[in-house]
Amino acid sequence: MRTAASATLFKALGDPTRRALFERLSRDGELNVRVLTDQAGVSQPAVSKHLGVLKQAGLVRHRRDGRETFYCAEPKALAPLVDWMGYYGAFWQERFDKLEDLLKRMDQ
Amino acid sequence: MNAIAVAADNTRSVIIEREFPHPPEKVWRALTQRELLNDWMMPNDFQAVVGHRFEFRTQPVANWDGVVAGEVLEVQPHTRLAYRWGVGADSPGAIISVVTLTLTPTAKGTHLRLEQSGFRPDQERNYQGANYGWQRFLGGLEKLLARIE
Repeated sequence: MRTAASATLFKALGDPTRRALFERLSRDGELNVRVLTDQAGVSQPAVSKHLGVLKQAGLVRHRRDGRETFYCAEPKALAPLVDWMGYYGAFWQERFDKLEDLLKRMDQ
Repeated sequence: MNAIAVAADNTRSVIIEREFPHPPEKVWRALTQRELLNDWMMPNDFQAVVGHRFEFRTQPVANWDGVVAGEVLEVQPHTRLAYRWGVGADSPGAIISVVTLTLTPTAKGTHLRLEQSGFRPDQERNYQGANYGWQRFLGGLEKLLARIE
């Protein structure tokens, strides 16, 4: 199940419109579909569809209030991505530090 | 520099770039000679010959037996080196990626770009790393998103 969830996460973030929606919700807090559509540059049905994909990936959650649906970000869902980047980023940075040190010693 | 990319096919890559004040010929030696790799990477039986299979071996840690099984894929002396990077090759959760090192001469020395790519999104095991808490997460979110391109 974790595997499937992770695949959904990366698919969700592979689209620039969805990333922009997610970033907006992360920055501005809870917003409704109409407000999100105003700046998304795509139609309201398209925004709703993108939000559905983000929701499936666990990146957003929604709340109904009368006829309106409000969305907010769930940045915790990014954990696999951040862990992965942290792991390999740190691994190679450390190796490059060692390489730099070795190259200095090779001069002598 | 440190970046992460999500490709259209859902594979990802990590990219590290750094400039070294040394000529490409020298950096190349450090990238390809066994005893020099032993110094900055890990104990190994590497040879810069296309098709050569090798191993990097280090101390086992949690979720990793310390072995990277590699195969040389591309050798362009002083310019480009690529090898397969396999972790947990004997297990069902094998993680295969490709490490590509590109050397570009600069006025001061050598620009080295490392790209590790080809991870599948289901390679959950490879995510093992630091435990990120909520606070750190929120703080780094904008920066993180700026790098997800």
